[in-house]
Amino acid sequence: MNRQIIKLFGLVVVLFAVLIGFTSYWSVFDAEALKEKDANKRPLLEQQQIKRGRILAADGTVIARSVPKGHGSALRYVRRYPVGSLFGHPIGYSFVQQGDSEFEQFHNDELVGEESEFSSILDELRGAKREGNDVVTNLDMAAQTTALEDLREAGHGAVVAIEPQSGRVLVLASNPPYDPNRVPYELSKLNTNEIETPLFDRATQGQYPPGSTFKVVTAAAGLESGTITPDTPIDAPGTLEVEGTPLENDFGISWPGATLDTALTNSVNTWFGQLGQRLGNDTLFEYMERFGFNSTPAIDLPADQVSKSGVFDEDEELLGAADPVDLARVAIGQERLAVTPLQMAEVAAAVANRGKLMKPQIWSRVVDPDGRVIKRLEPSQYSQPISAETAEELTTAMEGVVTEGTGTNAEIPGVPVAGKTGTAETPGNEACGGGEDENQAWFIGFAPADDPKIAIAATVECTEQFGNDVAAPIFRDVAETILNDE
Amino acid sequence: MGLVPVALLLTAGFTAVFAQENSQLDNLSLVYGAYFFAVCLATHVYLRIRLPNADPYLFPLVALLMAFGLVMVYRIDASLARDQANWFLLGLVLFALTIQLLRDYDVLERYRYTIAGAGLLLLLAPRLPGIGQQVNGAYLGMKIGPLAFQPAEFSKICLVVFLASYLREHREVLIVGARRVLGITLPPLKHFGPMLVVWGASMFMLVFIRDLGSSLMFFAAFLALLYVATGRFSFVAIGMVMFLLGAWFFANTVPHVHDRVEIWLNPYAHPQKSGYQILQSIFAQADGGLFGKGFAQGLITVPGTDDALLPAAQTDTIYSLIVNELGLFGACAVIVTYLLVAARGFKIALIADDGFSKLLATGLTAVFSIQAFVIIGGVTRVIPLTGVTLPFISYGGSSIVANFVLVALLLLISDRARRETGAAEAVGALALGGR
Repeated sequence: MNRQIIKLFGLVVVLFAVLIGFTSYWSVFDAEALKEKDANKRPLLEQQQIKRGRILAADGTVIARSVPKGHGSALRYVRRYPVGSLFGHPIGYSFVQQGDSEFEQFHNDELVGEESEFSSILDELRGAKREGNDVVTNLDMAAQTTALEDLREAGHGAVVAIEPQSGRVLVLASNPPYDPNRVPYELSKLNTNEIETPLFDRATQGQYPPGSTFKVVTAAAGLESGTITPDTPIDAPGTLEVEGTPLENDFGISWPGATLDTALTNSVNTWFGQLGQRLGNDTLFEYMERFGFNSTPAIDLPADQVSKSGVFDEDEELLGAADPVDLARVAIGQERLAVTPLQMAEVAAAVANRGKLMKPQIWSRVVDPDGRVIKRLEPSQYSQPISAETAEELTTAMEGVVTEGTGTNAEIPGVPVAGKTGTAETPGNEACGGGEDENQAWFIGFAPADDPKIAIAATVECTEQFGNDVAAPIFRDVAETILNDE
Repeated sequence: MGLVPVALLLTAGFTAVFAQENSQLDNLSLVYGAYFFAVCLATHVYLRIRLPNADPYLFPLVALLMAFGLVMVYRIDASLARDQANWFLLGLVLFALTIQLLRDYDVLERYRYTIAGAGLLLLLAPRLPGIGQQVNGAYLGMKIGPLAFQPAEFSKICLVVFLASYLREHREVLIVGARRVLGITLPPLKHFGPMLVVWGASMFMLVFIRDLGSSLMFFAAFLALLYVATGRFSFVAIGMVMFLLGAWFFANTVPHVHDRVEIWLNPYAHPQKSGYQILQSIFAQADGGLFGKGFAQGLITVPGTDDALLPAAQTDTIYSLIVNELGLFGACAVIVTYLLVAARGFKIALIADDGFSKLLATGLTAVFSIQAFVIIGGVTRVIPLTGVTLPFISYGGSSIVANFVLVALLLLISDRARRETGAAEAVGALALGGR
């Protein structure tokens, strides 16, 4: 019988080896995949036991912090947002049951103090409790407050303000806002509010027709590609037949032999329509892409929560240079163009920064629990869509818009301002309740024009007014707030 | 002489326990530890006097598992650990009583039918009105007055005793009387009757007490014994086919069994309901990694609530908690300890010189090892998850007491075997892992 007993023991060894094999598979080889499973709440629950770092405004005001609840093994941290709805966008929220969003999600690793396996073992040996790092942002309390207050008056919409030289994002305001403190109690209510859509960050996800603000991109392409100079005259009739439909100027005014300054100052549609046709698909799309169109903006927010800008077909697929588009209407911001306020702020910032587009960044530095700065934002360039010379020529034209053109409401006493208005007609827009007179009003620009400190895009949905009436004043107020702060 | 490695092992075991407890608890744990140590030492001394030739490693290994189990249960719930400690003491009392009264364990052979009857009766008890209890859809427990226990734990010993004794007597006939039909060696039907009875009982349990785990354990132990007794692998193959056929049939007809298999194959179908336990068990392991989260650092409930994050952590899924907190390495240590117990058990079977002793030792060791396999395999999704306990570690009185009786029987066999062969000295000098 002994032979059989030995064989039986061999079988037991094999069976136990299978157990070790399966345990290894679950605990080591498949562990990462298992942690990603929706049904697995452990990673979130464990993060909840770590004191998540704070998120601070540029002036040190606490935007988000974690407070302890319970004791001993029941100890956990819950997120609080002391300034409430002011920074619901772009900070987002972080809760165990509801998950996380926006800035909270993107900077999760820093906020929970994600470390290498080695240093966390060292911490464990030392008995140190894991604690998250603080993240200081570039967000400007006063300017964000101004932006939201103005938007509340004007209607649904968004404001984005960027420091042109560094890409620092000072304002990301979306109206209507929401209070992240309410998320644990009314997330589904916030989610299903289809009229207000407060959780929708209009500044980074809203895709709107840019209207005449897009003429800045068309002009940039024209100058930089050599298609025109600032002195090239183009005859702009009151009406231009394009693809079987007439393209009209405001009040049907014709501008014979107009140059860029005149055309931009007065937002002449038929002038820019012809420029677009001269540029051709390849050139216009090339410059759009240089400004960041057709790509997800390089901002520090989750990629699925930032929209691309460009020309979209009915299936919301991005069109490229090879696709048939009505170039004259693309050139004046119509056709099927849809852009985010963030993208238009980047256009303004690139012109302001002598043609260099910096990566827009909300964060500024990461500070560990002992107060040491462990990471600092190094401004980096995204692209150089145009030369410094072209930028200068464009700036001159954009100044005309504010001093004597369509955007006079953006004027700031004593400060030269460069900008461009936009008013895209959106009749029958369901988001506005289907009215026939609704516009998407825009203003993009920067100030001071000779030494830019801030580039801003402001937009208002579903308004019966024009860019100069509702968007330009918001630009002015936000810019003033920022300039006065310095 | 065998005491030296024993003392080392015990010391190592307790040092580990102290270190772990101290990181979390106050000095009281030292007192508990000292009590535990004293009780184990007393038992060990008793064992050396009463059974001087018995295997010197078996009890320390069991004490190690027991100490580990106590600490784990303490970490889950201090009041459960107090119960567990009482069960441990009661287990030791029965352990000593078994050794005291069954010195001549041959008497078991004389009463084998009585024992088999008792074993089957115990299995049915949970279904009897008045004393039966249903837990998680299975009729595993019974309650007499304040005393609740799971009779399957005891009936497994009864069954092994019966089979060992029956096969000792009939193994020759089973081998000689075998015939070949269609190239398959079939055992003689007349002597094969008991096999059918046990097979029937095992399947019957599946349906009647709805306990997949125990029936698997019983049947596997039976096949192991049959194989060792006859040396005919074909018998085992036939038995296995019969078991699988029966299991397949019941999996398709009995909802409870069907559900268990369905959850095993497809846990993500209902992750919040039927699949919750096995998924959480695996998620807990995924969180453990190589070294674990550290003792008492794992989550058993959702913090701030009483919602179970690892359901039945003190019983079914205690192994998952071990992986979670002590990592793959800790879990391997536990499995290796079980393997060492199995190694000692089979070693005893090898050196025993009469058929009954050999078969009894084999059967007891097999049923013990398979029990560990069934539950660890259950929580690691090797097989469907069924509610058997992890011997000496899981919370549960019946399991502890029954397994102490099992170990006592093994020690009795080993004492006689070594006394008779006179090889105690030589064997004692062999390495721990020796077969």
